[in-house]
Amino acid sequence: MHRIIHGWWFFPISGLSILLLLLNVLPSVFAVKATYLWTDIFIFILLVMVVIFVAYIRSKEHLSRPWAKVFERKLPMASVVVLLVFIVIGLMDSIHFRMPLPSEHNETVHYSVDVSSVLDVLTSELHTRDEKTYSAPFAAYSFVKESVDLPGGGSERIYPRLKYAGSHLDDPDKQIADDITFRIIKSLWQTIASGVIFFAALIFIASIKLKKSFAEVVRGVLQNNTRLSWRTAILVMWLILFIIVFLVNTSTFYHIFGTDKVGQDVLYLSLKSIRTGLVIGSLTTMVMLPFAIMMGIAAGYFQGWIDDVIQYIYTTLNSIPGVLLIAAAILSIQVYISNHPELFATSIERADLRLLALCFILGITSWTGLCRLLRGEAFKIRELEYIQAAQAFGVSHFRIISRHILPNIMHIVLIVVVLDFSGLVLAEAVLSYVGVGVDPSTNSWGNMINGARLEMAREPLVWWSLVAAFSFMFVLVLAANLFSDAVRDAFDPRAQRDG
Amino acid sequence: MFAYVIRRFFYAIPILIGVNVLTFSLFFIVNPTDDIARMHLGQKHVTEEAIEKWKHERGYDKPLFYNESQSGLSSITETIFYKKSVRLFVFDFGYADDGRSIGKDILERMWPSLAIAIPVFLVGILVNISFALLLVFFRSTYIDVWGVIFTVVLMSISTLFYIIGGQYLIGKIMQLVPISGYDSGLSGFKFLVLPVLIGVVGGIGSSTRWYRTIFLEEIGKDYVRTARAKGLSELTVLFRHVLKNAMIPILTGVVVIIPLLFMGSLLLESFFGVPGLGSYTIDAIQSQDFAIVRSMVFLGSVLYIFGLLLTDISYTMVDPRVRLN
Repeated sequence: MHRIIHGWWFFPISGLSILLLLLNVLPSVFAVKATYLWTDIFIFILLVMVVIFVAYIRSKEHLSRPWAKVFERKLPMASVVVLLVFIVIGLMDSIHFRMPLPSEHNETVHYSVDVSSVLDVLTSELHTRDEKTYSAPFAAYSFVKESVDLPGGGSERIYPRLKYAGSHLDDPDKQIADDITFRIIKSLWQTIASGVIFFAALIFIASIKLKKSFAEVVRGVLQNNTRLSWRTAILVMWLILFIIVFLVNTSTFYHIFGTDKVGQDVLYLSLKSIRTGLVIGSLTTMVMLPFAIMMGIAAGYFQGWIDDVIQYIYTTLNSIPGVLLIAAAILSIQVYISNHPELFATSIERADLRLLALCFILGITSWTGLCRLLRGEAFKIRELEYIQAAQAFGVSHFRIISRHILPNIMHIVLIVVVLDFSGLVLAEAVLSYVGVGVDPSTNSWGNMINGARLEMAREPLVWWSLVAAFSFMFVLVLAANLFSDAVRDAFDPRAQRDG
Repeated sequence: MFAYVIRRFFYAIPILIGVNVLTFSLFFIVNPTDDIARMHLGQKHVTEEAIEKWKHERGYDKPLFYNESQSGLSSITETIFYKKSVRLFVFDFGYADDGRSIGKDILERMWPSLAIAIPVFLVGILVNISFALLLVFFRSTYIDVWGVIFTVVLMSISTLFYIIGGQYLIGKIMQLVPISGYDSGLSGFKFLVLPVLIGVVGGIGSSTRWYRTIFLEEIGKDYVRTARAKGLSELTVLFRHVLKNAMIPILTGVVVIIPLLFMGSLLLESFFGVPGLGSYTIDAIQSQDFAIVRSMVFLGSVLYIFGLLLTDISYTMVDPRVRLN
């Protein structure tokens, strides 16, 4: 037993089995019907793989050293915290279920056709209070004039009050500034109070684990003397905590990013788009990795005709301009989906399949670069003496590849995966503009930008959808870029920091 | 040299055949032509006659690979595969859905595309290399650190933001240039300024970082130390030695794009209303005109392979050690 607990795989495996158990039990506790979309399944497989990967790395000194180098620095640490927030939101949005419909008698329960996610439940205040049409951020009046019947007969064209936003105020023009200031101060105070308790508890746990006194650990964090850059992490977490508290305090009274053409809250749309961005950024690389690794190593290791064939395949795929190949494939899939409507029960399933298809197609167009890199590296490693020694001992090809070559190219794989992520998130917006991106019904930053772009000619300008989509995308991509830079510096033996 | 070019030319043929077969199967095998016709004609209430008529107008009513009703050679030529795919090899692109000749359209729309793509390409190289050299000159100082962070920030901004923001700020608020439009000749200059500027700015982030890595790699080499030991100034070392030697890795990345400049930029042309090949492609994708998409896929591959060949030839020009044989 003792030995089992000390195996590196014990905690991730037991943790994941508890998670799986919960996933099976919870739907019946809350009386909902769990729905598994294809991308959900892939996301959770990916999560399992990442958890096991992290546990494995933590158990090996030589593997965790470069990672410590990443987290020693401030900027990467800050970006990882930001990335984690995005990931948590995306994961919450990946647990889907169908709510039961209210039934009067004790008949069989029917479930709603609308698929909701945990995020939907948490933000139900945001998407159940739709206005009629556009409204500006923090506005209490509609953006569009309307004819309103006057009490004494006749009608007048005025900006009507919004149904929900600012409806708690009597005279918005005068009160709105004070109300928002009050909420900011309240959020600040709550953030500081809850932050102090939360981080004190965190440091207390750390001090027990490190067998140091509480004051010592606090001093270490404040002076940034810790091995990893915990002070930065705590500061960024505090900032994010403030943003979350502020959103909770205000978003149920105002539309912080305004509303779109059909009156939906833009903040809600942006939050829902996080999942799409993450799915495209991560699943794409996940589906391409097995091909790229296998083909790259095979070409470099076996050479000869295998190398020729694989080189032919990737030169051919590479020679087709990326956007056009994606367009051609998505157009074909569109024809297929529109001619086989019977395959999809709900519209969200159809949209989900298109998202998955997009990931596969993007994967096919983007695996060539990694494949070529791996081919070159395998080619180099193959000529090294220890491989020749292994061959002389009669070790099988499979064992040589899995024990000697694969571990020595994994740093390249890692670097490419994190580097590709941000590019893919940006590509989604462009592809949606071209019309070959995600389904128009899927929430995504690309679709938001595409919808808002048509309103650019409006006077005065409807800018908030664009600003919201671009800022969410910018924060995610910037964090990913800064993180991937640090990963490359830590793992690439050739990368020379500071010249 | 000449023999090498000929050999590379023959090497390109199997790749083009591969591209051709791939696009053919994407457009005709994954979905039967009946399904494509049905989607174009609107899903519901489509009669068989309408589908047949639609297919006949576009020549899609032939068998895929082998026509039994014909005899001799025409049993192969009177097929979709021959008419729609094999004919691409002689640059016979056929007709678009609105009946216009695709080949003629491409020749016409090539020039507006080049009018934007060439300035973006040249100005971009100039700006990015100078910026990268600046960063390398100040390496290990705060200028370099912040310069690199600045490029990361530039990289993290969506191209769409540059375009929409640029159009709004410069076109609408400052009203320096028209928001969109195109005119040939000198009068078209005012239309080109903004798209070229945005194209350059949008590329600064990633390109500068790329050039910077190349320069940093060169600067660690022995010949640079020798040059410094001779007492040359840092500027001379950078411009006379590093820049010259960095030409080889730079050429690999740059020359291959040159032929693809013909294809234009999808986003810039579409946002600025430039009647080039980029907007042509985007319109075709949006109206699901498969004939144009197929032609552009083939054209793009040909240009890419041509670019690879150009890259190899350009090596011999900058690096006397490289001999092609």
